[in-house]
Amino acid sequence: MNDKKPLLEVNNLIKHFDISGGVLDRLTLEKMRIRMKKTVVHALNDVSFSIFQGETFSVVGESGCGKSTLGRAIVRLYPIDKGSIYYCGDRIDTKDSRAMLPYRSKMQMVFQDPYASLNPRMKVEQTLMEPMLFHNPSMSMGEARDNVAAVMEQVGVDPGWASRYPHEFSGGQRQRISIARALMVEPEFIIADEPISALDVSIQAQILNLFMDAQDDRGLTYLFITHDLSVVKHISTRVAVMYLGTICELAHKAPLFAHPRHPYTQALLSAIPILGFRKSRHIRLKGEVPTPIELPSGCVFHKRCPFAFERCFNEVPKLSERDSGTFVACHGVEEGKI
Amino acid sequence: MGTLARIRQSYILYSFVRDWVAITCFIVVCILILISFLSPFIAPHNPYESASINVMNAETPPMWMEGGSSEFILGTDSQGRDLFSTLLFGMRISIIIGCCAVILQAFLGVIIGLVSGYIGGRLDSFLMRMADVQLSFSTMMVAIFLGAIFQAAFGVAMYERFAVVLLVFIIGLAEWPQYARTVRASVLAEKQKEYVEAARVIGLNSARIMLRHILPNTLSPVLVISTVQVANAIMSEAALSFLGLGMPVTRPSLGSLINSGFEFIFSGSWWITLFPGIFLVLLILVINLLGDWLRDVLNPKLYKG
Repeated sequence: MNDKKPLLEVNNLIKHFDISGGVLDRLTLEKMRIRMKKTVVHALNDVSFSIFQGETFSVVGESGCGKSTLGRAIVRLYPIDKGSIYYCGDRIDTKDSRAMLPYRSKMQMVFQDPYASLNPRMKVEQTLMEPMLFHNPSMSMGEARDNVAAVMEQVGVDPGWASRYPHEFSGGQRQRISIARALMVEPEFIIADEPISALDVSIQAQILNLFMDAQDDRGLTYLFITHDLSVVKHISTRVAVMYLGTICELAHKAPLFAHPRHPYTQALLSAIPILGFRKSRHIRLKGEVPTPIELPSGCVFHKRCPFAFERCFNEVPKLSERDSGTFVACHGVEEGKI
Repeated sequence: MGTLARIRQSYILYSFVRDWVAITCFIVVCILILISFLSPFIAPHNPYESASINVMNAETPPMWMEGGSSEFILGTDSQGRDLFSTLLFGMRISIIIGCCAVILQAFLGVIIGLVSGYIGGRLDSFLMRMADVQLSFSTMMVAIFLGAIFQAAFGVAMYERFAVVLLVFIIGLAEWPQYARTVRASVLAEKQKEYVEAARVIGLNSARIMLRHILPNTLSPVLVISTVQVANAIMSEAALSFLGLGMPVTRPSLGSLINSGFEFIFSGSWWITLFPGIFLVLLILVINLLGDWLRDVLNPKLYKG
């Protein structure tokens, strides 16, 4: 797979959020001097990866580790601070909104909350037509209606319901409509930001299948953001594990689940509940996730890592290739200690 | 589902037909608006036609009192105009000024609120501080100031010609921050939602996102304050006219009628002040009650104890 050109390439992405507020909130007294204090959330710290055509690239991690920020930074909902994003070899993070338009129809996003992601004052038909007519202004109304009906059919919503409002649908149906909206512009690449975590478990499987069917039909590439490891195991080609705004391990699905290398991945995977086993293999981590406002020095995981040694306190580990296709950011793995 | 069927099944209609206060207020408002706008046809006299006015009829009491005439139902004012007709014409002016001023307020306020809330940052701070400054002057003060300047600059004759337009501008400009603040607050809540992000991912520009996606979702509070603001604007107009800074006596509104009768209240001609006063109170009361009802309906989280 590595010989192919990547569809999306993210290099050294850094995104900080300034949460210091107004001037009065920032004033602090320090050693009898008034200073302006700046409070910054380090949401993404030096994240790099590539996504190849046709694969499902999953990003997992616990709440607040920056996975949603990553997705939103790639579609430029958030401006990035440093780093670069390439789509099919073209740098897109520096383009203005007009030059960005052709990429808007290639990259689409499906959101988490089906109750907030559809405009309550627009009929389903209007919601679905808007992106298509915006990107193809020459399209006739009849053609647009036919396309809407075809895509609604494909996502499993009766096209006869096109003139209804979103509040007349259930959560699962709304998520189908959200997916339909993303498909309307015939994208190549879809970022799915926890698309099933707000749904009932019985509906989750249907929506996942819908994603996989759409991938087969249209040759889509996914960036799938989730915290559900069983979902990751089900649909991914490759998996990136994130912790505190950094990728700690990136590997193909099978080796990652069989032989996790990074201590955090090991702990994370051991937390999957398994039916039938009385004795838990659960690795218990000490402490809590540190705040992303003051990142730990060195490796972000060193405060909770059972294997941490001196180098981990001072030096930030780089994501480096261990086996073919497996990248790990850990000094212990690098030195062969783990 | 047709539009008519949707209206018939809507919650607003459902709660409307079950609330006798709302029904009564709605009927009264409709009657008041209807008779005031049909005043050229239904009023027994035309108060603007000076030929038909006879000063000899001045201060005729209402018809049921001694000395009253069946020609003047509610009596006449100090110039001999039929009070009922003058009152209907005056109410029409009051309602027109009130509604136009609110349209101007809403237009300014909604645009400023949308831009301020959606774009945020320094522009937001600037616009909201401007709103604070505007609110720190009372409407009366702004109106007196502008009215006095206009009268001094262009003369009273000019002022009388453009009084309606001027009052609409004064009241409209004085109260836009009410709308701007309400709209901005809703915009701040709406722009966090994922449908706005979805629109940005599609690549729509800011103006289109603001007008097509955010604005329709912020309109219900705008509707509610509009009713209250119409009542407020009519009241402001009446107050200004009462102070002599509003409509001239030749084309009286309710406020200037009250004012013109005020001098005669102790000489026994109480009706010149009282009847316009009653109509003004009635108009404002029913508009406010309707506004309260609308607020309750559009905000189901707010249950009446």
